[in-house]
Amino acid sequence: MAELSEGPFPPGRYELIVVGSGPGALQLTYCLTRLGLDHAVISDDPAPGGMFRRWPIFQRMLSWTKPYAGFEHRSREYERFDWNSLACDEEEHRAVMAEVMDGTSYFPSRPEMERGLVIFAERAGLQVRYGCRWESTGREGQDFILGTSDGEYRAPLLVFAVGVAEPWKPSTPGLEDAAHYGDLRPVETYADRRVFIIGKQNSGFEIATGLLPVARQIVLASPSPTKLSVNTRSLVGVRARYVQPYEDSVLAGGVVILDASIESVEPAGAAFRVTTRNAHDGSALVFEVDDVIAATGFVAPLRDLPELGVATFGHSRLPAQTPFWRSATVPGIYFAGTLTQGSLGLRKHGIPSNSGAVQGYRYNARVLARHLAQTRFNRDLERPRLGTDQVIPLLLAEVSRGPELWHQRSYLARVLTIDAEQGLGDEGVLPLAHFVDDDRGPDGVAIALESNGRDEPYPAVYIRRANKVSEHLLPSHPLLDFEGAGYVSELAAQLGELLSPSLSRPVP
Amino acid sequence: MDVRDDVTELLAGFSLFADLSSAERERVAHTFKEAWFAEGERILRQGISGGSAFYVILEGSAGIRVDGVERWSLKPGEFFGEISSLLGEVAVADIMALTPLRCLVLDGDQLESFLVSHPKVMYRVLQGEARKVRNTTQWQN
Repeated sequence: MAELSEGPFPPGRYELIVVGSGPGALQLTYCLTRLGLDHAVISDDPAPGGMFRRWPIFQRMLSWTKPYAGFEHRSREYERFDWNSLACDEEEHRAVMAEVMDGTSYFPSRPEMERGLVIFAERAGLQVRYGCRWESTGREGQDFILGTSDGEYRAPLLVFAVGVAEPWKPSTPGLEDAAHYGDLRPVETYADRRVFIIGKQNSGFEIATGLLPVARQIVLASPSPTKLSVNTRSLVGVRARYVQPYEDSVLAGGVVILDASIESVEPAGAAFRVTTRNAHDGSALVFEVDDVIAATGFVAPLRDLPELGVATFGHSRLPAQTPFWRSATVPGIYFAGTLTQGSLGLRKHGIPSNSGAVQGYRYNARVLARHLAQTRFNRDLERPRLGTDQVIPLLLAEVSRGPELWHQRSYLARVLTIDAEQGLGDEGVLPLAHFVDDDRGPDGVAIALESNGRDEPYPAVYIRRANKVSEHLLPSHPLLDFEGAGYVSELAAQLGELLSPSLSRPVP
Repeated sequence: MDVRDDVTELLAGFSLFADLSSAERERVAHTFKEAWFAEGERILRQGISGGSAFYVILEGSAGIRVDGVERWSLKPGEFFGEISSLLGEVAVADIMALTPLRCLVLDGDQLESFLVSHPKVMYRVLQGEARKVRNTTQWQN
């Protein structure tokens, strides 16, 4: 056991334990550390990176980092254009990805992404106990007990940042013999072969794009119609990088894209026979193909957490969460990283948050760390006081350039509240759902950027007065600049009563 | 698919989908997404835009609250969100999770094509609307 005492965070009791070492865990431990909150971090992996140590399979990310965006790389505003670097307070640690990318693409390669995370962890001095596998979870009194390959850990608070990267296949007869996305062979081995891909989301189209130059025929099938991000004007749907098979299909180039359920996959000599049923008219269609690849997604590797009472939903088995990313059913268990997409937010116009991606969840981590500091570590965090003349410029600047609001539309908001004794205060960035749904909260205002799937993004202002929340949508702007005189006067009109001195005076 | 394997079985027990064959129910399940809400969480918000979606309760119960007053509760198999989805208007009530709540969700802009292509479900929805009108009349009396 002597060697177990080496390295950080040996088995024992901690106030909080983070599980994981992907970008979600690294971002959270960074934020917890900067707030001075005692915690341990354990991970089964040997080094930082999480899923980006293995995937995406064709070795380039879908998220961009633009080298030239009109803002200095170490500025906060640049984060809007850098989707991949982790967020931090120290300017010298910002925009790591812009530094490591070789300039051949504004989508970093997988090795560049992995290297960027390693560099960030080193520079920020992040401590993780690597090679420590979480194996079981239990409870004893107020503490959770984590059984690990290194021994037993205890803590009253757990944060799981374990990603959504465990391959999953539906229970279709015969599909167990098909390859999963993660089992793809070298591309050249698919030359002149007929390939049937189950799944029409990004992973399916990623494979189809990669095999287009070599495969004889490609079929993409799933019950739901293909959505394209350029049509949804959000990250919902197949990203433009992978649209080539779609164009091939609509131009009758040979790719077949089918809205159909897969009834069965049967061996047929050296080939497979795939029986499909059309999602619209119920008709059957049978394909004989050389390869079947299940691009059917991934699930969250939550081990025994469901037995502990953690509710999950959807085929990805996402943990159900409150607006502050706490398990909806087990207090004391929180989530970080891509798992935070299980906290749905307002989903205005059906558009989900970007919590599944680095550019979204890096900000969730910052909000979560502050929330834990205030609610579980009894820290009284700074709440900067504001004069009424500062309110409108601050809100409009945030909605014009604040990266949190740009990346987490209708999900994170900049919030100001009025305290009866202290007056106007800046609460920073908070979940919009928390502000809108808090019937007993103080009077205040929240501003968010919103999209409706049709038009350009526009600011939305939420005003809470006397426990009632009202919504005020501002118009969009062709250059997405919301700081002009028209916005100032419109916001001033909406906030007039809220900012009136008589309303912010202490109650007698 | 975006929903778990047990959804098709759950749908078989709901009157909303009682007129569909098991194959049709399976295809319907693929049309929806799944969502889960903590007790006390709000799903629809009165007067707030962009929340339109059609929800079918799988597990748990939801409360309908108008102007801060609890009016009714909904149980598994019942649905909500159809008014704002069909009219394209802001929600006319808060819908709150009274217990942990698991739902199927269809985005509001997909409701018309779903109902038109499943007329038996549309009839059941109309029955539900008739009950809501009846209940509203009872509140007012």
